[in-house]
This record gives sequence, structure tokens and C-alpha cells, in this order.
Amino acid sequence: MSEIIKLSRRDFLKTGAVLGGGLVLGCYLPFGNSAGAADPATTFAPNAFIRVGSDDTVTLIINKSEMGQGVYTSLPMLIAEELACDWKMIRIEAAPVDPVYNHTVFGLQVTGGSTSVRTEWERLSKAGATAREMLVAAAAKQWKVDPATCRAENGFVLHSGGKKLSYGQLADRTAKLPVPKEVRLKDPARYTIVGKPRHRLDSPAKIDGTAVFGIDAQLPGLLTAMVARPPVFGGKVASFTADKAKKVPGVVDVVQVPSGVAVIATGFWPAKKGRELLEIVWDDGPEGGLATPALRERYASLAQSPGLVARKEGEPAQAVRQAAKQLTAEFETPFLAHAPMEPLNCCVDLKSDRCNIWTGTQFQTVDRNSAAEVAGLKPEQVHLHTTFLGGGFGRRANPASDFVREAVHVAKAAGKPVKVIWTRDDDMKGGYYRPFWYDRISAGLDDTGNLTAWQHTIVGQSIIAGTPFEAAMVKNGIDESSVEGAAEIPYAIPNLQVDLHTTKLLVPVLWWRSVGHSHTAFVVESFIDEAAHAAGKDPFAFRRALLAKHPRNRGVLELAAAKADWGKPLPAGHSRGIAVHESFGSFIAQVAEVSVDKKGTIKVHRVVCAIDCGRIVNPDTIRAQMESGIVFGLSAALHGAITFKNGRVEQDNFDGYPVVRMNESPTIEVHIMPSTEPPGGVGEPGVPPIAPAVANGVFAATGVRLRTLPFNTKTLQDGMGKG
Amino acid sequence: MIPLNVNGKTYQVDVEPEVPLLWVIREQLKLTGTKFGCGEGLCGACTVHVDGEPIRSCITPVGDVRGKKIVTIEGIPVRHPVKQAWLAEEVSQCGYCQPGQVMSAVALLKKHPKPTDGDIDSAMSGNICRCGTYPRIRIAIHRAAGAKKKG
Ligand code: FES
Ligand code: FES
Repeated sequence: MSEIIKLSRRDFLKTGAVLGGGLVLGCYLPFGNSAGAADPATTFAPNAFIRVGSDDTVTLIINKSEMGQGVYTSLPMLIAEELACDWKMIRIEAAPVDPVYNHTVFGLQVTGGSTSVRTEWERLSKAGATAREMLVAAAAKQWKVDPATCRAENGFVLHSGGKKLSYGQLADRTAKLPVPKEVRLKDPARYTIVGKPRHRLDSPAKIDGTAVFGIDAQLPGLLTAMVARPPVFGGKVASFTADKAKKVPGVVDVVQVPSGVAVIATGFWPAKKGRELLEIVWDDGPEGGLATPALRERYASLAQSPGLVARKEGEPAQAVRQAAKQLTAEFETPFLAHAPMEPLNCCVDLKSDRCNIWTGTQFQTVDRNSAAEVAGLKPEQVHLHTTFLGGGFGRRANPASDFVREAVHVAKAAGKPVKVIWTRDDDMKGGYYRPFWYDRISAGLDDTGNLTAWQHTIVGQSIIAGTPFEAAMVKNGIDESSVEGAAEIPYAIPNLQVDLHTTKLLVPVLWWRSVGHSHTAFVVESFIDEAAHAAGKDPFAFRRALLAKHPRNRGVLELAAAKADWGKPLPAGHSRGIAVHESFGSFIAQVAEVSVDKKGTIKVHRVVCAIDCGRIVNPDTIRAQMESGIVFGLSAALHGAITFKNGRVEQDNFDGYPVVRMNESPTIEVHIMPSTEPPGGVGEPGVPPIAPAVANGVFAATGVRLRTLPFNTKTLQDGMGKG
Repeated sequence: MIPLNVNGKTYQVDVEPEVPLLWVIREQLKLTGTKFGCGEGLCGACTVHVDGEPIRSCITPVGDVRGKKIVTIEGIPVRHPVKQAWLAEEVSQCGYCQPGQVMSAVALLKKHPKPTDGDIDSAMSGNICRCGTYPRIRIAIHRAAGAKKKG
């Protein structure tokens, strides 16, 4: 979604993705400890984001979903900086669905594209400043003094003469004042909160069991449902018998829904047992023969000829042919499941004129509207309550609203409040994967080792095609998210082409943390490393020389290299690999220190990460997100792959789809580049550089070039045997 | 009726003995801090203590823990050094795996008050964190071990 931010809001409105309105009510408190607190008698609410209560509480209504990235802390920091409130009195509410909470660029309520801080900085600063100015004005009026002689501090308005009133004491009077149109924002040089580390507001609730995730939603008489879905994408139910399932004590009903057969029960266990006893005949549909080896062959053959051109400079084909040295390589990256720790779920209470939904979603407007459509209600009759998300990584921002639509269908059939829970198997086999990609690159070097030509062909499915965003985001047949990170390659190469073959499959695909960058960075940063070695140059120095026009890329490259002691001796058997990549407005370089044992097992000992993400809000969150992105990317580099046989996904849980665990987790050091540039994202950009940094380190250690993700131990062992 | 002792309270629950403890804790006792992540003993999100030992409640039939002493995340006091270290090191991200992580860490420190990195690897590698909080978990465990010693 990184590219969406470049579009105007009007582009989005044109797509028709923005529908209906809503009311500001039914706010949901995701924090157990504040849910019980009574609302104060009087409140002052200058805008949709702030409520100051007569009891001095400051309630901040946050329009971004908290899925680990820290928005329930970073966005309050932006408001608090201007509002000058007492940090300890802040409570957080998840915003209801309402146009006032729409993304400032995308035009609908969504959390994604690592855009929350970038797009909310100005709006929330102004929201805070507006409230502060009004509180000061109210106090000055009460004291009959010039507002210029008053100042706001830590939840109080203070007068130079020594008078003092708390925000709570002023709430009632402030509420009656007009809201100023223009407000003055603080000079960033005087910031006291923004830019300094601050503890997360949601941490206590996350270790005492009170944080409410979608799966924790409780209602009187709530039923639990589990759905048997077709084992092949595009398949459907041909016929089914539920006699045995219905005999399971606790199974209340079995109903067919568009996505499969739902077993509705009094709890998780009877639902699961009932589902196991369903007898379903499936119609597999056209993808019944889908197999990963055949798909690989098909993609590889497409990659032999250029596709639609996304970028062209000079005469790359000719330049490659005429180069003193030519190199060509092919890369493969698999389908990947997001596998958030909390499997998908959605709780629905459907009445004839009203529908309440509790779920962890990144895509409120779309999900609310989809639910309304299924329920046969108006969007404003649907109240979507965003809970904490047990990880999102893009899976919970689905233009198709799969898990929400389905749950409303089940609720319709159940006639009672119901929570649809996906098991881990359901979640892993349920699709909406990072697409399978195949890349081919050719490059040319002149006789002094200068890179003169680069031809990159990408093959894979479009995430955007077929969604309401297609009109805005697919230009001349090119889905920008398919080529992002490749088309804007920063290295100075005079002859360059990046082109794309968009394939069609019924396997549903979706943005997976860092989207297109999750494969392009691996390909580009691995191949530039190959080019460096072919030129007989140091991979760091080779990159650095080609980045003269890109000071921010070069800056983090140098910082990471320096902090990692690039070029200095390492313990025996250890080696280093480097990669640098820009995504979501941030620049990141990583140096991985690796070793490989005789069996071809890769150990990543240490990762040094340098980031330039412009102006920062919470440096500790930035560190945490870099650590998070590195471990997430490492899981994909070392282990992750969704594969198909007879149209069926071959993985179903963390045994077949392993992820990095404590014993494989490297030491991570993060260095933040001081910067006054506009803020960049941090949730996703830590992911792309790690796979190539490790692959490049493995090459340095073994002389074996790994061009397929996840890294294959067998390939490595064989290659090392040969070398 | 199955008698259960959870966080010092006794309950009588009316469920089949084969039902995994996880779902009894979450659905009957409404203690939703214990999480469901994989259902097959592969991720540790459902970790609770039974007679002081960390177990995976998603694969433990409730009938097997009759009358035993069960402790869930809600039963570990906020002042516990592990929880305090978790806050100090700012471990949590999405937070979904953290109750299980805390339960595993508390059990580890009971056995090894001064754990080595190797001890941490073996005690904690059954708990998956998709947000990648492992480096901070490691530091927090060492911190809690230090705090314990001082206290
Ligand atoms: S839910 Fe029990 S180990 Fe994963
Ligand atoms: S904090 Fe999100 S899974 Fe661990």
C-alpha cells in the first residue's frame, strides 16, 4: 500500500470505495481497566479525537488500529505534545466508523501502508492545539486576563499571577466557547514529548489479561461457529450431510453459507468436533490441479521475455548485449501466509435494524460497508467495534472483507449473536497470501566493473486487480505494488528496464507486511551484490558509489556499515552481508552477521540496522518495529512457504509453516539517523532488507548464492560440497 | 462436574473431560487472558501453570487437571518481577502471545533463578511471537532474574 499515499484523495473517492456515513457513538474501550470507569458528568470535546472530562480524564479517540505497531501511544504523543495534558490521565478509545476518522489520503478508515504517523501528524497536532487554546481562552475569560499571560502545562492552565485551574475544572466552560479556525502549532524545537522515548499506554493491559482482542469479545448467549471452507480456491460445496455433526452435544445448528458450511455451537470445542464430522462433497473448480512445481515452470517461462514496461532508461537490451561482462540470474519467492498470532475471528450481534460487530480489523469502512450489504442494513446501522489486533501484517485489511462478510452470513443464519473463530489451519489455508513471485535479471558491466545495464522482469499476481482500488492503483496494466522497490531502484545505472507479467490465479492474494518490497528488495539487493562480486568490488563500496544521488540511502548504508565494523575481522566461520532499501518513506540498511554449518543450516548471530525515517515520534517504537520487521522477515527468509499440491495448500500449522523462535532470534542493534525530513513509516520497512542481507552474508561465508526463498538447506549443502 | 482450582479459586464446571483446559478457562471461567494460537501445542499462547509446571492448555484435557493447582496470567501479580521487567523493557507489541510468554518465563525463573541464554532458548522456544519480541523477552528475563536476586 505504500504507493497509495502518493494518490490524491479524489482518486480514491472516484473508486467508489467510500460509502455512507455514521454516527459518533458506541465507542469501544479496548482497555479492561478503563471500561468500567463512569464517564464524567461534563466533557469538553472540541473535535472527534479529544474529550476532556470534569474529572480531569483526557479521552483520546484513536482512528488507527493497534496491532503492535504502537499507534495507541505514538498518536496520543502527538496530541499530548500540543494539548499539554497530564499523560497519566489519558484514556484511549478505538474510534467508531465515521468519515471524520478517515485516512487523510486514502479517504476511508484504514490502518496500513505504514502511514499512521505520517498522515496524522498534522491533524492530531492541530486537534491538540485547538483544545489547548480553548482551555487557555476559557481560563483567561474566567480570570478576566489576557490569554497571552496564561500558559498550559501538564493538565492545568496557569496564570503568570499564580492562578491555576485544571482542565477538568475548565471543561464545562470551555465546551461553550467557539472552536478557533486557526491554531498555532509548537515549534518542533520545543517539543518535550514527541521525539523522546515513552512507555506504551497499552503495555499493562497486555500482560494482565485484560486487553480485549476480537477473540475475547463476550456477549450474553454468545454462540461459537466454525466454517468448513473449500480445500481448493474457487471451489464450492457440491453437497453435504450434517447428521453426525448435529449429534455432537453442544452443536446447535449446521448451515450452508456462501463460503462453506458453518457449524454453530455453544463453544469452540463442540463446533470443532461437529465440523470434523461433516460429510461434504466439494466441487474443486478450475484450480483443482494447481501445483507449485508447475506454477514455477509457468512463471519461469514467462520471465524469459519482457512484460509491460514499468520503467525504462536508455537502451538496456542493447547495453546488456554489448557489455564486457554479462550476468543473469533468476529468483523465486513463495506464497506466504501472514499467520498473525491471533487467528482470524469476528463476533456479530445482528438484529433486524442494527448490527454490532467486534473484530480486530485494519479496514473499518470497507468491513462496515460489506457487513451492511450482507445484513441488508444501511451502513449507519452497522456498528463496528475495533478491538486490539493480535497481529495484522496486512491480513486484517482485506478489500473482500472475507472474515467479516462470512461472520454476518453465519449470524443471519444463527439468529443469535455468534462469534466465528478460525483455527490455525483455517487461517493458514484461508488464502490472501503474499503472491508467489518469479524474477529474472540481467546486468552488464564494463571492463572497469561499472554497472552499465540492468533488465529486470517480474512475474506474479496483482494484489489490487479486481478490488475497488484497481482504477486508482493499476496504471496502464501495471499494479504499482507489484514493481515497487524494483522500478525505483536508486542505483545509478544508465540503461535500465523493469517490466511486469501479471498472472491470473484463483489463489487470493493480499498485501503482506511491506507488500511488493517483500520480494523486490530480496531480488534487487541480492543481485546488486552479485554484480559487486562480478566487478571484483566490495559490496558496501560498490553500492555506496552508485548512491551518490541518494544521500539518505547512502547515509544509512554508511551508518550500518560503520556500526557493524564492516571490513573488520570476525570470529572464524562468521561473515557479513549488507543490504539497503527504501520503503514507505523510510531508508534502512542492515548488516547481518551469519555462519553456516556443514549441514547447510544458517545461523544469524547479529543484525545491525540503521534507519532514517525522518522526524520521529517515539524512538523506542522505532527500535521495536525494526526488531519486529527483522524477525518477521527472517521467518520468511529461513522458513516460510505456502505450497500447493492438487490445488490444496500443503501447510496447516506452525509445524509445516515454521517461524523464527527464540533460539533462532539474532541480537539486533538499531541506530536511528537524526533527521528533520518528513516522517516515514516504521511498521513495514524493517522487513525488506533482512533476507538479502542474510543471503549476501551466506554468499560471503560459502560462495553459494541463494536465489530462492525460503533458503534451502539442501541447495546450500550441495553448493558447499562443490566449492 | 469437574472440580477446578484456578488462581486460588475453586470452580465446578459442567463439561466433558476431553475438552481442552484452554476452552474451559476462556469460555466457562471467562478468563480470556490465556490465548488460542495453534491448538496443537506448537505456539505456547495457551501456556498456564499446573502444579507449578508450564503446560499447553490447548492440548490438555480438562479431565486431567481435576483438583490440581492451575495458575493463569490473571493469577500472576502485577508486582511479579517478570511482569515488571516486561513493562520496563517494553516487550509487548500486539500483545497476543505475551500472556503465554510471561507464564513460560515465570516458570523458567522458578527453575533457574539465574538463567543462561541457553536456558532461555530451551525454555522459551516453544512460545512463538509473530511480532518478533524475542530480543526484548531475553533482556527482560535477565532483568527479572537480576531483580529477583536483589529483592
Ligand atoms: S494454542 Fe496451545 S500451544 Fe498454541
Ligand atoms: S507481541 Fe504480537 S505475537 Fe508476540
